[in-house]
Order: sequence, then C-alpha cells, then structure tokens
Amino acid sequence: MQADARPAAPELDRLVPRLRASVGPSRVLTDPTQLRTYECDGLTTFRVRPAVVVLAESREHVIETVRLCAEHGVPFVARGSGTGLSGGALPTADGVLLVLSRLRAVLDVDLDDAQITVEPGVINLQVTREVAAASLAFAPDPSSQQVCSIGGNVAENSGGAHCLKYGFTVNHVLAAEVVLADGEVVTLGGSAPEHPGYDLLGAFIGSEGTLGVATRVTLRLIRTPETVQTMLVGFHSIAAAGDAVSDIVAAGIVPAAIEMMDALAIEAAEAAVHCGYPPGAAAVLVVELDGPHAEVTHQFAEVERLVAARGAFAIRIAADDEERMTMWRGRKSAFAAVGRISPAYFVQDGVIPRTQLANVLDEIDRMAQASGLRVANVFHAGDGNLHPLVLFDDGVPGQAEVAEELAGDILDLCIDRGGSITGEHGVGFEKKGKMANQFSPDDLDAMQRLRCAFDPAGLANPGKIFPTPRLCGERPGPRTGEHPLSAAGIAEVF
Amino acid sequence: MPASASATRPGAAADAVDGQVPATVARPGSVEDTVDVLRECAAEGRSVLPHGNRTKLDWAAPAGAVDVALDLRGLDRVVDHAAGDLVVVAEAGVRLADLQQQLARSGQMLALDPCEPGATLGGIVSANASGPRRLRYGTARDLLIGITVVLPDGTRAVAGGRVVKNVAGYDLGKLFIGAHGSLGAVVTTTWRLHPLPRALATVTVELDRAVDAASCARLLSHSPLTPTAVELSARTGAGASLLVLFESIPESVAAQAEAAVALLGGGAITTELPADFGERPVDPDALGVRIAHPPKALPVVLAALPAGTEVRASACSGITYAAITGSAVAALDRLRAALGPVGGNAVVVAAPVDLRGQVDHWGPVGDSLPLMRRVKDEYDPQHRFAAGRFVGGI
Repeated sequence: MQADARPAAPELDRLVPRLRASVGPSRVLTDPTQLRTYECDGLTTFRVRPAVVVLAESREHVIETVRLCAEHGVPFVARGSGTGLSGGALPTADGVLLVLSRLRAVLDVDLDDAQITVEPGVINLQVTREVAAASLAFAPDPSSQQVCSIGGNVAENSGGAHCLKYGFTVNHVLAAEVVLADGEVVTLGGSAPEHPGYDLLGAFIGSEGTLGVATRVTLRLIRTPETVQTMLVGFHSIAAAGDAVSDIVAAGIVPAAIEMMDALAIEAAEAAVHCGYPPGAAAVLVVELDGPHAEVTHQFAEVERLVAARGAFAIRIAADDEERMTMWRGRKSAFAAVGRISPAYFVQDGVIPRTQLANVLDEIDRMAQASGLRVANVFHAGDGNLHPLVLFDDGVPGQAEVAEELAGDILDLCIDRGGSITGEHGVGFEKKGKMANQFSPDDLDAMQRLRCAFDPAGLANPGKIFPTPRLCGERPGPRTGEHPLSAAGIAEVF
Repeated sequence: MPASASATRPGAAADAVDGQVPATVARPGSVEDTVDVLRECAAEGRSVLPHGNRTKLDWAAPAGAVDVALDLRGLDRVVDHAAGDLVVVAEAGVRLADLQQQLARSGQMLALDPCEPGATLGGIVSANASGPRRLRYGTARDLLIGITVVLPDGTRAVAGGRVVKNVAGYDLGKLFIGAHGSLGAVVTTTWRLHPLPRALATVTVELDRAVDAASCARLLSHSPLTPTAVELSARTGAGASLLVLFESIPESVAAQAEAAVALLGGGAITTELPADFGERPVDPDALGVRIAHPPKALPVVLAALPAGTEVRASACSGITYAAITGSAVAALDRLRAALGPVGGNAVVVAAPVDLRGQVDHWGPVGDSLPLMRRVKDEYDPQHRFAAGRFVGGI
C-alpha cells in the first residue's frame, strides 16, 4: 500500500528553505532515497514517503520546526524510534516527518524523589539503566524496550508485561514540556503530585502525537522490589490455563505479570530462542510476583497450589535472574519468532474482559479455521490483552487480504465481548476505521473537541485515531458566566 | 423547566451555594433524564452547577449565579460489578461507602479513601478527592477506566471502557477528573478494583519535631518496604506523630512493621487503624488548604506555615493539609511564595465566610492556562457550567 503521489504544495517549497536556515541544512532531508527510510514505522504494511524529514537535535529544533509548519499550514508527524505497531508515525505525503530520536539527553535525575527528566528520544531501557544503581526503575516495559523511545511511550501510553501491577506510561509521567501545533510551548504537570487546573497531561499521554510534541518528560521511578519470583507453567489445555489465571486473581493476588502463550506461539519461540518451554504444552503461563519477601514467598506458594489444582503438568521456578531472563526471552521474542514458522504475519492487539479468555480463544480458533489461516496467540493474560498473530503467506495471492480481514474480525470480537480494539499499540492509522465500531459518533466528537482545543488547524499527526476528522470552529450561542475581561486574562477572578 | 426530568423543584435555602439560591433544582433519575434536563438547559441558556452530596463544594472557587443545581444523587445504581474482572460500573450518585460495602462481600474494594463522609463517585471524580492510600494505589486518574458524561449541550459521550488496559481514543476521563463540573456532568463511572487486603499493621512513631517526619519519609521511600500510607499529624513547630500503615497478608504486614521499627529507630506496632485515620484538620475559623509538593519539600512546607498550624500530611506522597488561623491571607501568600521555587502549589479547600471569595482560591496555574481556556471553550462554549469556579475564572 504505497501512497507516493507528490501533492502540488507551494507551501512546502517555501517551508523547506526556511527549515534549512533554521535547523541547519544537514538536518533537513528531501532526497527521495534518504526519505525512503522513514516511509513506515513498525507497521510496515503501510508506507507513505514524507515530503520532508527533519532530524531534530535539540528542543529548539523541534519548536522551530513546528512553528514553521504552523506558519505555512504544513502538517507534521513526530517520530521516535519508529517501533510503533499501529502506523502512528506513518508520515503524510504533503508534510514533515519530525524525527526525535537524536534528542537523547538525560536532563535531571532526582534520586531523593525518584524522578528523572529526559528528552523524548531517550530509550525506555536506558532510563532504568540510569537509575538502577540506586535501586530504581521505570515501570513501563514494552517488549520493544531496548529500542523504543520515551517520546513514543508517552504518545502511545505504552504498557508492557508488568503493567498489570504497575500501570501504564500515564501512571508514571509527572510532567511534560509540549510544543503545541501552533508552536506554543506549555508545561503540563510538574514535580508535585497534583496541580490546579485540568489534567491536560493525562489527556496528552496516549494521544498518539495528535495534540503536540513532547520535548521534555519527567518520569516517576519505582523502587525495585525486594524479591522477584517467576514461574513457568505448562498446561494441556488453554481453558485450564485461563481458569488458573482466574483462580490467581480470585485469590486476591496481584502478580507483577501473568503472560500466556498458546502451542503455536510456543513452537515459534522455541525455534527462535530455545527458551526451554515444556514440550507438548497447549498453553504456558509465565507468572511473576514481586514485592516484600514475606508477601512474595507466601503468595508464590499459593500460586503454585492453584496452578497445580488446574492440572499444570510442568511447573518450573526460576532459581536465579538468568533463568528468569530465559523464561521472559521466550515471551518477549514471540512476535519476531513467529517469522520462523510463517512467511508473514499480522500482529494484532485487542483487549477482552479477562473472564472471557477461554471463550474468546475458542472463537478465534474457529474463525481461523474458517479462513484457512493459523493464529498464534501471545497475551498479557492478567489484564485480558490479546496479541493474536495472524500467520499467512504473502507469496499466495489474496492471502494477505484474508489475513487482514481475520485480524479485523478479531477486533470486532473484542468489542462484542466488552473489550477494546487496542490495549497498548494504539489506534494509529491501522485501526482508525474500527473506532466507529467501539465508539458512537457522539463519543468520537467529544474526543475531537479536545483536539480542536489543542490543534484547531489539525496539523499534528493528521489522519490518525479518528475515522473522520472534525472541523473545528466557533459554535453559536450567547456566553454567560465569565466576564470578558477575565476571559481575556486582563482581570483574574478567584 | 422540563417535564421530562423525574424531579424538578424550585431552589430552597438549603440548596444555596455560597449564599446563592439556585432558581431550580433538577434531580434526574437516570442518565437519559440527565440528557433531557441538560438539553433543555442548553436551549434556554441556563447556567448549571452539577453536584452530588455537596461535601466538596468549597473546594472550588465561589460560583456566580446558578440557574439550575443539577443534583446527581438520583443516579444511584451500581450498574455492574464484574467480580472476576475486578471491575465495577456505577452511576455518579452512588456513595463510595455504599459501594465499598457491596464490593467487600466479594473481597474487593475501590482503592480510594477520601475522608468526606457521604461522598459520591461523581463528586470524588469531579473534585479529584483522594486519601492516605494514594501512596499505594494512586488517585482517581489511576483507577477510573471508563466514564460517561453529559456535555453542556446535552450530548452523552463515553470514553475509555470496561477493561483496564485500553488505549483506544482520547482518555476523556482524565479531563473530567478534578474539573469540578466545568466541562459537563459525570454520570457513570467505571473503575478498576483491588482485592481487599487480609491484614493490616501500623507503626506509630512519636517525633519531637514535625520536620523529623521528612527524614522518616525519606528512609521509608528508599527502603523496599511497601506501606499503603504514611501519615503525619502535627502542629508546626511542635511535636508530631507519624503513622505507617502496611496492608497485605498477615505474614507480610508483621514482617514489614518490624522492619519499619528497625528502620525508623523505634515505634509502636498495632493491628488497628486509629479512629481519626485519614481525617484532616477541621476548624471552621481556619483557612483550609491542600498543598501538593514534591515529597522532599515537606520541610519547606512546614517551615512556610505559621507556627502552631495544625497539619495532616501524606508524607511520602507530597500532599499536606493545613488549617491556617490568624492572618490567613498573608500566610497563604507566604506559603505560595515558598512553594513556587520547589514546584509545589496550594489550593483552598475550606474558608470562613468572610474569606471565601476574598482569597486567591487556586493560586498560580502556569503557562497552560490559555490552553485550559480553549478546552473550556470547546466543551462549554457558553460558559454555563460551574461558571467562574475553576482556575483563572473558567
């Protein structure tokens, strides 16, 4: 799906020289060969060559680029490491792709209050490395954490395996300096736990680059737990594994993570990274508990009893960090590993209420058989976040379309069961059409009013999230309540 | 007023907000009724003040004229408690205490513990109320996973959903948390739940000086202990008492309490919460303020308050409540001047009648105020909802 037609854009011709003058000619790319690198993010099925790429190296470059885009009415898309899986950083053909991956400075580390301020291009795992010696960590841990950037985490409200206990990016960001689409710079949040006014930081996180560009982010760090225990459990049926998850939750235990993989995903992971998963398992669970020693020890023993009672045929407990890493390696490499057993695949991301797990997996299996394709399932079972991997052969004409349809049908199944079309990958470009299945036109309109407040011209990452853009404009009607002088900021009312 | 609303009556003295009696009190019995009421209000250009059990009306600045008080206590259904999914859907008028009772029968809780008795879910969301256990569980923004609102023009809109992990669309719930009704009425809320802990233990340390709590809080924060709350009760310049709460399984709370005693160099262990746990200083003659600050700035906060000020602080979270007596306006100015450089802020939550409306209720808001005004303009272009009560006169 290549959209490469260059639009007639005189504004672009006027913008480019000004960009070169402002951020330096070497940081402004317009050569088609160089631009090709930036055609897509982690979702490679959609490709659009941007008109211009700006490789920002400072927050001033970001601010200047956005200001100039605003002045010329040219759309822009911010991009971090480009690992997103929903096409959130898909460029626009008539716009600027603003690359932030060179903004990698750690600006401030406050060990006393467990906070760190970084530029948006800093890599997720690098944050934890910075503070690990002080027994601190950044909790969100997407599978791509070795390469994904904090700016991207903020844009997507990234999760990861451990968000079952620790929450998502939005629960771990204290402040962000944001360049709005008109070039205005605002600070949302701060180092205090709350602030007077609307929680615009909370609304900004997860807005997928449509409300502005973060240039500095202050993150909350967590204390590394005293004890971590991990077990790998093999089951003969998916239903038994699903029931075991429900039992753990019903016992009042909040694990740091509960991950599940089905037989096909196990086969792929085993082939790729030799993670030693129990042979013949229809499903494996990776269960991790962390916290104070006494709590973890007792609850871990309880988990062991619960999984055994559901017929677990193999229970392995990680004796040390190395063994724990091996257990996790299988899980974290699962997406790429599927490439070993299939020429091509779609990674899907949907959410269902956890209690629907076994039932939904049966349904996915039935749908897969009906379409003649295989689906490998990898998921965050603790919070019902499914990652079905739809396998297909792109050498067979028409099979990609069948796979795409199946992936879409799985999302509709998630909606039907009271879930969501995305738990962590975002809506991006890929799923915007599905938004209308999950939300009513009024819901979507209410969301887009926020965009109108932040970016009335619709320049920041246009064509993402929403199936149809909303025109921003004045609504008629008399005003009451606020004195015009106060509204204009001339007189303050307390 | 509309015939469609299930209960509409003229305002009475008891309905007054800051001395102003609303012309009408509308008490819808359902979300659909609320839509009808607010459509009519929109058509007639009436100003609206949504409220629940009226426990936190003083947390926002005084209202201007209110045509319609929107009493949401009639929206009192617990729509669905999906115990296996640790999720509950409940209407805005449900009282937190009633909900907790129901959830406890399944061994679960909504992990919010604001102290206002009778507080409703809608009021807690709209005022962003929280309590001591925010140290472990966070606040409404960490627990609310779905919301239904009725916007000022009568549009019913949903955001989020009923699964914890969900990044589809903008999270409008965040926008309505702490908005004090200025963007519309919160009518239904969906929450992530937690298991009720099986046991608790407290460690109470008596301190010679209130400021010593800061070093205790630092020791606790830098340890692997996982207290659910660390609460300071003090008078500035005088002695203080620090309570550390552990909640988990019995083996863990016992071990952690002993470890805390060793860490802090003393302390009395009990297995019961004191009756006044989580309460705030109440003095009808004092100016009540909620101070939010980086936890390490607690000494700055204590030093900036007049000597003898009664204080309750969530010491590891950076939330301090103070009851300022005497020349409170000047004291609040001094406090804010001290908080600015350390990134803190102070908001008024209670004021004697003569001070209400005279003090700067919210204090400095920062450079995002113009953006907040644009948000208000998008959702409530006629500025009819909770007019004048929010930051910057929004």
